[in-house]
Amino acid sequence: MARLQLNKLEKVYGGAFKAVHGIDLDVEEGEFMVLVGPSGCAKSTTLRMIAGLEEVTSGEIRIGDRIVNALPPGKRRIAMVFQNYALYPHMKVRSNLAFGLRLAHVPKAEREAAVQEVARILEIEPLLDRLPKQLSGGQAQRVALGRALIKKPEVFLFDEPLSNLDAKLRASMRVRITDLHKRLKAEGRPSTVVYVTHDQTEAMTMGDRICVMKDGHIMQVATPKELYDRPANLFVAGFIGSPEMNVIDGEIEGTDFRLGGQVISLDDAVLNRMHAKPQEAALGIRPQHMKLSAGNGLTARLRSAEFMGHEVYLHAMLEGKEITTVAGAAEYDSLDRSDERIRLTPDLGHAHIFDRASGANVSLPLAG
Amino acid sequence: MTDISHASDVLSAGADGLAEARAANARQIRNAKISAALRYIILFGVGLMMLYPLIWLVGASFKTNAEIFANPGFIPQEPTTEGYAKGWETSTPYTFGRFFLNSFLIILPKVIGTAISCTMVAYGFARFDFPLKKLLFGSVIAILLLPNVVTRIPQYLLFRDLGWLDSFLPLWVPSAFAGDAFFVFMLVQFLRAIPGDMEEAARVDGANSWQTLVFIVVPMLAPALISVCLFQFMWTMNDFLGPLIYISSVDKYPVSLALKLSIDTTEAFEWNRILAMSVLTITPALIVFFMAQKYFIEGISAGGVKG
Repeated sequence: MARLQLNKLEKVYGGAFKAVHGIDLDVEEGEFMVLVGPSGCAKSTTLRMIAGLEEVTSGEIRIGDRIVNALPPGKRRIAMVFQNYALYPHMKVRSNLAFGLRLAHVPKAEREAAVQEVARILEIEPLLDRLPKQLSGGQAQRVALGRALIKKPEVFLFDEPLSNLDAKLRASMRVRITDLHKRLKAEGRPSTVVYVTHDQTEAMTMGDRICVMKDGHIMQVATPKELYDRPANLFVAGFIGSPEMNVIDGEIEGTDFRLGGQVISLDDAVLNRMHAKPQEAALGIRPQHMKLSAGNGLTARLRSAEFMGHEVYLHAMLEGKEITTVAGAAEYDSLDRSDERIRLTPDLGHAHIFDRASGANVSLPLAG
Repeated sequence: MTDISHASDVLSAGADGLAEARAANARQIRNAKISAALRYIILFGVGLMMLYPLIWLVGASFKTNAEIFANPGFIPQEPTTEGYAKGWETSTPYTFGRFFLNSFLIILPKVIGTAISCTMVAYGFARFDFPLKKLLFGSVIAILLLPNVVTRIPQYLLFRDLGWLDSFLPLWVPSAFAGDAFFVFMLVQFLRAIPGDMEEAARVDGANSWQTLVFIVVPMLAPALISVCLFQFMWTMNDFLGPLIYISSVDKYPVSLALKLSIDTTEAFEWNRILAMSVLTITPALIVFFMAQKYFIEGISAGGVKG
């Protein structure tokens, strides 16, 4: 197993369109790194460059101590799981699994033993003599996983492997993949994983660290908790977390945050963290940190409520901007809704101040 | 109360409605049956019209020479295999078996050469980027549009200078170098419809371009390749002009020339012999077609890729 490093990696298509803008990324040995971002953010292109399926325009890719830029995919000691499984349709599951070993001239007995072992781990033994078209989506995805696993690669690459599965199967495969990663680590063969997805739930639940990308740039690389608690910029703040973080535009005057006619007094919980005071600012606060309050606080007009079972999402208009807050079901029932006005108190200990011009979070303590 | 009375209205209306719906349903079923019957009658009629010459040919091959001109029906009154026996003998020192052998000696290398060379060229065009690719592919399409006849004379001169006249080489060699633009085009189109993911998976598995072609692309291309082989088989079997131009010794004649030979050499044409040999000549093509028919339809790549 090995460490994977991307240094100033760039991809330009046809000499004109720059898809990847010189990104740096360091994936530790045995780490599960998730690349996440909206479609078109070049996360798949980055993965395909690591795999060797896409040429690198400039920069370098290191796996372990080797620079692999010029190596063909088969020599990079990687394995890849594709979104649409990409099983060889004319080969039985057994041959699909063993194809890579066959090309590497591994003796037949050894190949068969490896197939059996992988089939046992992934519980696909009864499927070995079937053709891909006789498999369900979940089974095909497990075979695809097996085809990667059997090679004992240094780096596993996953390209949105679960997006063709239904929601229930997706959840169980998610657990299966993370379990497998932990299990390999426990068995002393930790595997470095790069996992591409556009689904933030997958990213948050699976990744040791997450790399959030947008338009070919890396927005932030951090653990799921840190991304959630300390988003580096407006993009990450909006992308991670559901329901989405409320971002309220306003101006900072002294210790006051002014939005339209209303004022939030910033207390030390925020002020001590701020390393800049942008004129044009935005206050970011997650719905669960916007508490309903009785008498004081911000006034908003309630527009709709979504009943989610144990809690209710309230959508309200605050100075012309839609915001969301979360209330307990009981709390919502006891709410006085006669005049459609609700009062909200932001928990400033969890609030962030963003510079609207650059998008940067200015309320994070500077690193170092 | 109003609700209940409304409900009983609906119920009584429902009984009437049910009878009406049944009648409509019966009407629909009757109409469907009539239209199906009409459809089959038309299809059968047109099918018969198309097949009539072929049926007549088979029937006539079992007639005596005199009956062919006397009896317009296709069932022979006094069936005889004389046409087959005499026709097989031919008026040359060779039997028709020899000509069949010659035909297969031309067809086999030509079909194999076509399949291999066209697959390689199509794979190149469909999956790789190289300088002048557009220009080269354009010229392949241009050749497709060019009538074969215009290249006959320069080709003849070329093969004459190479000393290949009166051999099978002029018939084999162009096909072994993907000379049939139509097949290249057909395979390229088929390849473009196959997603490249399986080939990428093979590359990640460590296959080079040739291994990917042989182990992954060719099996997926099988239905198209079978079509290519089938077309080439039938076209070569029926090819008259090619052998006529390049082959001059009777012992190298394929069946297409041999059939003509039996018309040339006798003064009064023995039509039943000619027809009998014509039936034999089309038989291999028919057998091969019906055997391979299922592969035309069966898409082998189904199930490998979802979505």
